[in-house]
Amino acid sequence: MLQREGEIRNPSGCAVTGVIDRSGKKMTGESMIEAIAVMHDRSNGLGGGFAGYGIYPHYKDFYAFHLFYETQKAQEETEAFIRRHFEIVYSSEIQTRKLPTVKNEPVIFRYFLAPLPRKLANSHLDEREYVARCVIRINAETTGAYVFSSGKNMGIFKGVGYPEDIGRFYRLEEYEGYAWTCHGRYPTNTPGWWGGAHPFGLLDLSVVHNGEISSYDANRRYMEMFGYRCTLQTDTEVITYIVDYLHRRKGLTLQEVSRVIAASFWSTIARKEEPARSQETLLRRMFPSLLVTGPFSIIVGFEGGLLALGDRLKLRSMVCAEKGDKAYISSEESAIRKIEPSLDKIYAPAGGEPVIYELYGRRS
Amino acid sequence: MKRIYVKEEWCLGCHLCEYECAFANSGIADMVKALKGKTIHPNVHVEDCGDIHFAVNCRHCKDPICVHSCISGALTKGEDGVVRIDRDKCVGCLTCVLVCPYGAVLPAPDGHAAMKCALCTDNGRGEPNCVKYCPNGAIVFEEREAAE
Amino acid sequence: MDLYIRPDYEVVRNTDRCIACRVCERQCANEVHTFDPETGKMRADESKCVNCHRCVSLCPTHALKIVKTDNTYRENANWSAQTINEVYRQANTGGVLLSSMGNPKPFPVFWDKMLLNASQVTNPPIDPLREPMETQLWLGKRTAKIERDEKGLLKDTLAPQLKLSVPILFSAMSYGSISYNAHESLARAAEELGTYYNTGEGGLHRDFYRYGKNTIVQVASGRFGVHKEYLETAAAIEIKMGQGAKPGIGGHLPGAKISADVSETRMIPQGVDAISPAPHHDIYSIEDLKQLVDSLKEATEHKKPIIVKIAAVHNAAAIASGIARSGADIIAIDGFRGGTGAAPTRIRDNVGIPIEMALAQIDARLRDEGIRDEVSILVGGSIRSSADVVKAIALGADACYIGTAALLALGCHLCRSCHTGKCNWGIATQRPDLVKRLNPDLAYKRLVNLVSAWKHEIEEIMGGMGINSLEALRGNRLMLRGIGLTDTELRLLGIRYAGESL
Repeated sequence: MLQREGEIRNPSGCAVTGVIDRSGKKMTGESMIEAIAVMHDRSNGLGGGFAGYGIYPHYKDFYAFHLFYETQKAQEETEAFIRRHFEIVYSSEIQTRKLPTVKNEPVIFRYFLAPLPRKLANSHLDEREYVARCVIRINAETTGAYVFSSGKNMGIFKGVGYPEDIGRFYRLEEYEGYAWTCHGRYPTNTPGWWGGAHPFGLLDLSVVHNGEISSYDANRRYMEMFGYRCTLQTDTEVITYIVDYLHRRKGLTLQEVSRVIAASFWSTIARKEEPARSQETLLRRMFPSLLVTGPFSIIVGFEGGLLALGDRLKLRSMVCAEKGDKAYISSEESAIRKIEPSLDKIYAPAGGEPVIYELYGRRS
Repeated sequence: MKRIYVKEEWCLGCHLCEYECAFANSGIADMVKALKGKTIHPNVHVEDCGDIHFAVNCRHCKDPICVHSCISGALTKGEDGVVRIDRDKCVGCLTCVLVCPYGAVLPAPDGHAAMKCALCTDNGRGEPNCVKYCPNGAIVFEEREAAE
Repeated sequence: MDLYIRPDYEVVRNTDRCIACRVCERQCANEVHTFDPETGKMRADESKCVNCHRCVSLCPTHALKIVKTDNTYRENANWSAQTINEVYRQANTGGVLLSSMGNPKPFPVFWDKMLLNASQVTNPPIDPLREPMETQLWLGKRTAKIERDEKGLLKDTLAPQLKLSVPILFSAMSYGSISYNAHESLARAAEELGTYYNTGEGGLHRDFYRYGKNTIVQVASGRFGVHKEYLETAAAIEIKMGQGAKPGIGGHLPGAKISADVSETRMIPQGVDAISPAPHHDIYSIEDLKQLVDSLKEATEHKKPIIVKIAAVHNAAAIASGIARSGADIIAIDGFRGGTGAAPTRIRDNVGIPIEMALAQIDARLRDEGIRDEVSILVGGSIRSSADVVKAIALGADACYIGTAALLALGCHLCRSCHTGKCNWGIATQRPDLVKRLNPDLAYKRLVNLVSAWKHEIEEIMGGMGINSLEALRGNRLMLRGIGLTDTELRLLGIRYAGESL
């Protein structure tokens, strides 16, 4: 019998794409749907998803939780848990469009939440850590409930199906954001599961990933020392946790995070100028277990920007492009050309070289 | 030129070099056939004194006294620096045996001529057999500036 | 000749081949071979033979072999010939049985019950001949605070670490138990390989101070040869709490091995037995260990990592957790198959646990407690091949100590007679005529060859897995699958059974 996602490790091949308007101008999810549809053959209909940033301006100060429920009981338990830890500012079922190609959808709910001040104070945690722990706890301990989005003023929308169908299912043409990422999935191990589709998110971080990392268990076992629980056993999940740990908890810049995850070879570091040489050496000595090997190309979405990063051997394709204020990242150039035929600049970043596109005036 | 040198520090006195030398110069392909039941007459001799051992070989001197002393012209120093003996020319006077300060020239077993090491250039081995089979790297075949 | 005990082995000489060159006679320190001038033939007294193969190896006509005797007691599945002989030996002498090298009993070797993974289709293997493959690593604490200078650059807040170019170090073997030439070979090889050798508990000969950058010095219960300069010369200091071959037992170097040089190096009288106590008498508990760790750090100005070495025993995981919290930078674990220059046979063969189990449990325990970054883990006893190294790292080790394998590279034939001090290969002896049989010029190259060969193999294996750095292999247990293991063994090793998918 095939095991369900999370019971078994699930590597997959994929297509990823992302766009950001650095001036902060909003665009609907429609263009992402068009872009990813071009790379239809890179998915197999077992998972697709999107992340949009700046989509909840009216609730931008609240954590937007998106949840899948498989049972009534799971929903009751989870809502009780949420009420014990948060004030629910608003909650409703997420509006979807019925499509013949999207089947077996779970109940999909959205909550805008604020941590209960006393509970937060008693926890001796900072607010984001408090929220992150609640998310990890629901996902690890509540059967049949899954938090798949938990950031502020951003949202992840995903499911089982081709990504273009998932986009229409979630009516993404009705959402407007300054940045979007998107993912089409080709899982190789289990039938896709809604929670296991990408992007994977924690707080405002979202990750879409194409690849199959060989360092998985070394990374996972290391991250689990710090309270993360890799319940899905996917690469994307562990990469998200690594970025969250290094960036949010350890205070590394995204540049530095990239130097840990896709560290330059020692021989390359030796040839670099100071201070890069000693800084990169230090990062490798501090976080050797967070080096990610094997093929990957990821787009990390965060509040105010996108980070594109490929493995250091460049075993997965990745192109970046710019047109005016807009910047594009994609597995294939064709997806970018589809939505913006005339580009100012297009290039393939070297393996391990991070590309960061941010809203003007923001420093990561 | 490359010569044979002995590192006394590493010579174990196992005497393997003597047998390998005798074998190399026997002209027989099988060691057992070459040496079994025979008294060997190698060009290298291990001298033992308590815990000190030293394999004595011809040094192929820069100005070889044996060549100077040879009355028949049998001993010559070649362009390659190797001191060789021509058995056909040797009259067996053994003056060379007497004059060699190292005792590296010896009477051949038949008594009619002298014999000495030619660095295995004359027996088809290509490299000195004593060096090749020394188990402890005590006999080496190398170029040493100072010796020239 | 012993009245009761017949030799285990027979020296078989092919008289058709023997040319009576007497090399065997000259090379046998046990005086097995003699030449009979009357018959012109060689003879052998096999009661003295330890089966070290020196004569076999040096015989120019390959006339010798050593075979197991077919002389037999009445067969008995319970009372083996060895067991019977050991009773006779003890009845003869009233003494504790002594043995050398690692446990030879047929206990399971878990390395041989683990299989490695390789990439196919979804993830490409990497060719180490064409792509960089990193075997470099750093040992020590990794719990650094993130602090920045005024320019925003990260400050180096890491505790001192050891840099290795291969995940292999030479394990502790003392000068005294092994020879000067063996030590020189290990030191020179460590320097050339970019790794470390370990002095063991016998101090460091002055001649070898120049290899200090590649030397780990040991502080053991006997404190032999420990002084300020000794500590300062080293790259790291290892506190030896225990040894896999003899957990709970101190050391005993017979007076015969205490030569003038050994005596000076150890700072003990010549010719007198060197006894190291079973415990450190200033360490009766974990808090005492912390004090020794701290004082060694103080003595060396916090510039050197401190290693704490323990034998793999039943409670190793909890002990390791205590050590990780003691300020030590590295834990070395020595499995029950680890070697020794001399140990009571019954201890060697019956005490301790396999390194695979100890490693798996310690790594998991430290992770469960969130303190795996407090220490690096070194394992030894016994690592026999590059495959063992790869499996150890995938289980969770940072690097491996090799002792027996290194001695084999030097010429050891595992006759397990080190305690007699008459090593025919010049390794485990102090007799000058025997010591000179190990020429370091040749021997160190053999060590370099061995480790270089293993490095190539490690690179090939990692490349096959699609991994191009050791860092991504460490603790990567999904790369391992068990075969022929029980559920309990799989659980303890933290791995799945062969055939179970990712």
